Amino acid sequence: MQRICRDRIVTDQGGQKTVPTHKSDLKTNPPTSECAKSDKQFTFALAGNANVGKSVIFNQLTGSNQIIGNWPGKTVDRAEGTLSFEGHEIKVIDLPGIYSFSTFSMEEIVSRDYIALEKPDAVINIVDASVLERNLFFTLQLLEMNAPLVLVLNQVDVAKNKGIIINKDKLSTLLGIPVVFATATRGEGIYEAVEEAVKVAISKPKSKPLKYRKNLEEPIEKLQSLIEKENLNLGYPARWVAIKLLEGDMEITQLVAEKSKTISLQSKLLAGELENRCQEKCFSIIASERYALANSLVAASLKQDEIQRSFTDKLDWFATHRIFGYVTALGVIGGLLLWTFFIGNGLSDLISKGLNLIQPINPELSMSAPLLSIILNGFWGGFNAGLTLIIPFVIPFYLLLAFIEDSGLLTRVAFMMDSAMHKIGLHGKALIPIILGYGCSVPAIHSCKIMETRRERLLAAFAITFAPCSARTIVLFGMVGLFVGIHWALLLYVVNLAIIFAMGRIAMKAVPGKSTGLIMEMSSFKRPSLKVVLKQTWTRTKSIIYVVFPIYIAGSALIQVLYIYDILTPIGNALYPLTVLWLGLPAFAGVLLLLGAVRKELIILGAVAILGTTNLLTGFAPVQLVVMALVAMLYIPCVSTMAILGKEFGWKSAALISLANIGTALIIGGIAFQILNFFT
Amino acid sequence: MQKSTQDYLKTIYSLSKNGEIVSNTDISQKLDVAPPSVTEMLKKLADEGYIKYSPYHGSTLTEKGLKEAQKITRKHRLLESFLSKILCIGNDKVHQEACQMEHTLSDEAEESLCRFLKHPDTCPDDGKTIPACDLPFSNCEECIQLHQKGLEQVGKRNKNLTSIRDLKNGTFGKISFIRGEHKVLQRLLDMGLTPGTKIQIIKVAPMNGPVEIAVRGSKLALGQNIACNVFVETE
Repeated sequence: MQRICRDRIVTDQGGQKTVPTHKSDLKTNPPTSECAKSDKQFTFALAGNANVGKSVIFNQLTGSNQIIGNWPGKTVDRAEGTLSFEGHEIKVIDLPGIYSFSTFSMEEIVSRDYIALEKPDAVINIVDASVLERNLFFTLQLLEMNAPLVLVLNQVDVAKNKGIIINKDKLSTLLGIPVVFATATRGEGIYEAVEEAVKVAISKPKSKPLKYRKNLEEPIEKLQSLIEKENLNLGYPARWVAIKLLEGDMEITQLVAEKSKTISLQSKLLAGELENRCQEKCFSIIASERYALANSLVAASLKQDEIQRSFTDKLDWFATHRIFGYVTALGVIGGLLLWTFFIGNGLSDLISKGLNLIQPINPELSMSAPLLSIILNGFWGGFNAGLTLIIPFVIPFYLLLAFIEDSGLLTRVAFMMDSAMHKIGLHGKALIPIILGYGCSVPAIHSCKIMETRRERLLAAFAITFAPCSARTIVLFGMVGLFVGIHWALLLYVVNLAIIFAMGRIAMKAVPGKSTGLIMEMSSFKRPSLKVVLKQTWTRTKSIIYVVFPIYIAGSALIQVLYIYDILTPIGNALYPLTVLWLGLPAFAGVLLLLGAVRKELIILGAVAILGTTNLLTGFAPVQLVVMALVAMLYIPCVSTMAILGKEFGWKSAALISLANIGTALIIGGIAFQILNFFT
Repeated sequence: MQKSTQDYLKTIYSLSKNGEIVSNTDISQKLDVAPPSVTEMLKKLADEGYIKYSPYHGSTLTEKGLKEAQKITRKHRLLESFLSKILCIGNDKVHQEACQMEHTLSDEAEESLCRFLKHPDTCPDDGKTIPACDLPFSNCEECIQLHQKGLEQVGKRNKNLTSIRDLKNGTFGKISFIRGEHKVLQRLLDMGLTPGTKIQIIKVAPMNGPVEIAVRGSKLALGQNIACNVFVETE
């Protein structure tokens, strides 16, 4: 249980790291004397646009005490945590980052139903102070829903740098809700925000929605009083329903139509009248009215000083320049991969030397002592492999990626690469999951959620299944880089890139539907916060450890069992036509490919186990190593990837993607074998 | 208006992305007309107020010229779409055909053609933007609805609209018309692109890349297939 007390915040501001660790917090429950006691549990929801620092605040509030799951029946992430504050037990829900409450995305529906129907005790609306007007557009919608609101103006430091000064008392009076300044990355303002939210939760003040101008306000009020009179029992506030009806919101319109013909008809009449009067679509009128109100609020409470061309503007100019922009994009992606490889290699060496000191793996054991071999070479070897192959590569990759993401650089790369991504039916934003795929396919496919349509998510996930994740990179460098030559390994990397592109194009043609376009916020460059970066790195690494280690240890033990009892040979023989005749590989390669379907690195582990030596040249010719690595990169998504594909897109799509992978690998591998054979 | 006038205006429009000056040589090459005749015609157009012409530099369209040029370009590209997509005439021939037909196509036929083709935004052979119609609709849905109600013509709009995709970096504009799917429109409105909003073009990425704009204190990147459907009034 995370506790927040005033002294903690004070010490934080003093720069001393005296924050109690989360573990000790968990033990000191119920709260100790420094926080007063109370037995009421509150529920707070965090709401706001994307990129406003919502998850930073959520992490500060709930520490490690979080449950990440899905909303019931939906594929939307649901993050929940608990916090102990001045004796209050508080459950905190982190709602998805959204811009509006229409019904176009699952995130928006989940959020609005949670706020309107579950009625949290307080909604903490986190707002980017440097983009106040756009953020208030969302705040106004929360007010329409009668949410018990606290407004947190986050990133006031960024706003100050942009010459923006906000009068928070004025804003608070105008909106009729408490307003708090915060710089969440430094922990400032969090205490005050929770303090205000507790006050709101206790006193339950009725926030009154702000009025729009007369031409819109009249039909809203007419419809609202009708709804109140008929008592529809929808659970949503009447005024909000009235606005949604005028807006033509599909879900609400249908809900109301089932309950009352009169209101349904009246709303259509009023909407028609409004459209005729304004010569404009209703949803556009309402959006315009909300923005007009947000604009007047901003005009009354915000002072904008003269802006000077700042350093970040120059960075921005450079990163999106017609030439330097591409240089930057290439530099970022290439740099990320090179950094991962070199740092990863170094770390991997270091860790494996350390582990060898404890207990080296001995391939000869499998003959003399089968059981010991299963335990030592199997379980310990699997653990060993996880620790030396995955961790050293994945951590530096995610660390640098988080820096690039948090600084805003990745957005610029996506901007520059948009037109290239269009060639494979995607847009710039898809670059983010695909780059993630160079680390591990599982979180990468999960992050395809940022794409708007199922088609785009599917296309991006398909591209990811071909991207060389860290496991495949290990196979590539372990087989080709080490024994054939580093330039061959790099060449395969480039070939792989071409294959991703070609397969992406084929998939684009094969999957019906039209590509939507890019609508992306270009949040300003900022100095990455170490806390945020570390947290992000850890979250991603942790999810891989949970997926990878059990499969590794079990898989590695299984290989030993299969090997010792000689079950592998018949399988290898069955695959003979494909592996030996078509791909020109040694006969035991069929077994390796089967193992690799569990995790790609098992190909190397298996080869070492079968050959009884780490020198792969004893079993493979150089050409065979190149073909083997190429096939290994492409041939099938590993078990965990298939699982997430099935979960996100259904088993049929997962099976089709796997088949496409196998087909590509066989064709490309066969062609590569013929070509290489011809030249050597 | 004469056929040749329309051809010249159309050519200058297509050559001057971002309202840049177009040289006589370019025009003479594109229209396959001898340079002296081009000079003569340009002077005539300048007299009639369609272009600003400065000898040895070239010409730019005036507001009046731009309006005519957009109208004829729109007709041309709609016709190309029709000939290629519906009549399946080869892309090598559609340009020639459209060049002949565009001069006689009435506004009414233009509007019907647009509805029939389901409001295309780019033309098939070269992917160029089809300029917005100058009819008094706030969006394409309204055009469809009004058509269903039997109301087709309701006056004319006297505005020069330019797609933000065709604007220079740094230009200011006021959103006047956006076309697209409901979902995209809703999203753009939510992000603050409501009609009448002042925006600034920050950057147009090379190679048909996205357009970055500043709107209501935030910066947005819009893919070119969305940007070409966002029309603004420039000052």
